[in-house]
Amino acid sequence: MTRGQLIRNILRVGFLCIVASFVLAPMIATVLGGFKTNAEIRTSAFALPESWNWEFYGSIVSDPMFWRYLGNSLIMSVAAVIITLIVGAAAAYVFAQIRFFGSRMLFSYLLLGLMFPFATAILPLFIKVRDIGLLDTYWAVILPQAAFSLSLAILLFRTFFEQLPKELFEAAYIDGCGYVRFFWRFTLPLSTPILATVGVFVFVQSWNNFLLPLVVLNSREVFTWPLGMMQFRGEFVTEWNRTLAFVTLTIVPAIVFFLAAQKYIVAGLTGGAVKG
Amino acid sequence: MAIAATTRRLSASERLRRSLGNGRVTAALILLPPALLIFTLFVMLPLGESVWYSFFNWNGYGAPTDFVGLENYQRIAGHSIFHKAVGNTLKIVAISILLQMPLALLLALLIYRKTPTNAVFRLIFFLPFILAEVAAGLIWSFVFDGNYGVTASIAQSFGAESFFILADRDWAFVAVMTVIVWKYFGFHMMIYIAALQSVPEDLIEAARIEGAKRRQIVRYVQIPHIKPAIIVSAFFAIIGALQVFDIIIPLTNGGPSNQTHTIVTYLYTFGLTRLNIGFGSAVGVILFFAAITVAIFYQRFFMGKDKA
Repeated sequence: MTRGQLIRNILRVGFLCIVASFVLAPMIATVLGGFKTNAEIRTSAFALPESWNWEFYGSIVSDPMFWRYLGNSLIMSVAAVIITLIVGAAAAYVFAQIRFFGSRMLFSYLLLGLMFPFATAILPLFIKVRDIGLLDTYWAVILPQAAFSLSLAILLFRTFFEQLPKELFEAAYIDGCGYVRFFWRFTLPLSTPILATVGVFVFVQSWNNFLLPLVVLNSREVFTWPLGMMQFRGEFVTEWNRTLAFVTLTIVPAIVFFLAAQKYIVAGLTGGAVKG
Repeated sequence: MAIAATTRRLSASERLRRSLGNGRVTAALILLPPALLIFTLFVMLPLGESVWYSFFNWNGYGAPTDFVGLENYQRIAGHSIFHKAVGNTLKIVAISILLQMPLALLLALLIYRKTPTNAVFRLIFFLPFILAEVAAGLIWSFVFDGNYGVTASIAQSFGAESFFILADRDWAFVAVMTVIVWKYFGFHMMIYIAALQSVPEDLIEAARIEGAKRRQIVRYVQIPHIKPAIIVSAFFAIIGALQVFDIIIPLTNGGPSNQTHTIVTYLYTFGLTRLNIGFGSAVGVILFFAAITVAIFYQRFFMGKDKA
């Protein structure tokens, strides 16, 4: 390595480290803040805590409402994923496998959801959910969430299904396997990569969603964790250490999940990019 | 043997042809309706209703009867806070394109090669994107807190007065945009990295042998090659700017004195929390047309050209 290259490399790594510290500093301050007394946060937000106080983290972990929020989010997200995958894959299968009059039109119709943001129809959605009598229930989040995820899911599924070998279907068909059974027995099992990608994508969206639960949920019993966190922040408005501990405890599972599902998240991201 | 096999295949294809009609229709009738039903009920119907409701003065109870024509739209068009919200949305677009995307591109160029160190940096830069926006907003509302936050500590160490940036009419939105850049640059970077990794290595090698400098390779080989990715990421930046909501609520909640609203926080604050369903629906319709216009414009002028 010549001297010029060495200097360039040092500059490069230096710049990367500066950006990395801009990214990490708020997160580290958050994690550490959960261990500090409020007086200490006030004087040194960024230093290591003088003594590691586990009580703020402890009080949240031992609060049943905290687990309730997480549990609610988990149930709603998993349900939204399951519905999106089954309903979306079924529709995409029809578009990929069966030609019929109007199929292109129906396909375009179902893709309309890609064109506009969730928020555009949030008020009529609120009215609709209320009139059906779902307000303040899990379904109020699950069904609209799945409905809005369908467009992207159907688009990605159809592309994938069309790439599955046609001979397979013909062979199964000759052996007396019908369309619906083929879908369950062959198409779905063969499509696990795309199912996982879309599943992770929908899960993350639903897990992090704020606007929809905010609009359709009222009581703390059904709150998702972002709503619970805002509620908690409101209750302890002067005690940053408690809020920071709460935030930390909710982002840790997110980061663990990301590390575990990194492959699918990045795939879903580039898949989503293709859609544009 | 051979003859037997042929006849069997014939009869099989005959069977295939005969039962083709029935099985197909049944399958379509079983598999398609659930998606159509859910999608229509929770996406398309509300969308249509928002157009309908937008012509009424309606608080959401009973049936909408107070038909006001275009009055809601007129009120929005004349509302200075709505102008502010649109202006803020445009500011987010501008900061995304002028600061966030170049930063993301620079970082992508520095770390797109697959080495262990680069993998670590890639992971770090992508971290903010995987956080929930509400969590990101809360973290930064702590950072910006003039009494407790990181900025307060920095101000103190310089002996300056503590500064409440989120309560400052002029600076609060700068703070919001800082958070947006922090949260999303990693996303754009990942798009560029994926694209850069697909640039053929021979091409770069050839340019190098021809005597091209690093900067020239970037300018004339890599950037032209990843142009589609840049166009897509700009599209995401614009569509994303139209939807900013979660981040604002914990940071400023649209304040101070309504200076930091975006279109969606405006819709939420003036439509839903005050139960002006008609008014809020009209904002939704405007948002819809903004998104559609961007999508069609984009399709026409950028995407189409690249596909051809």
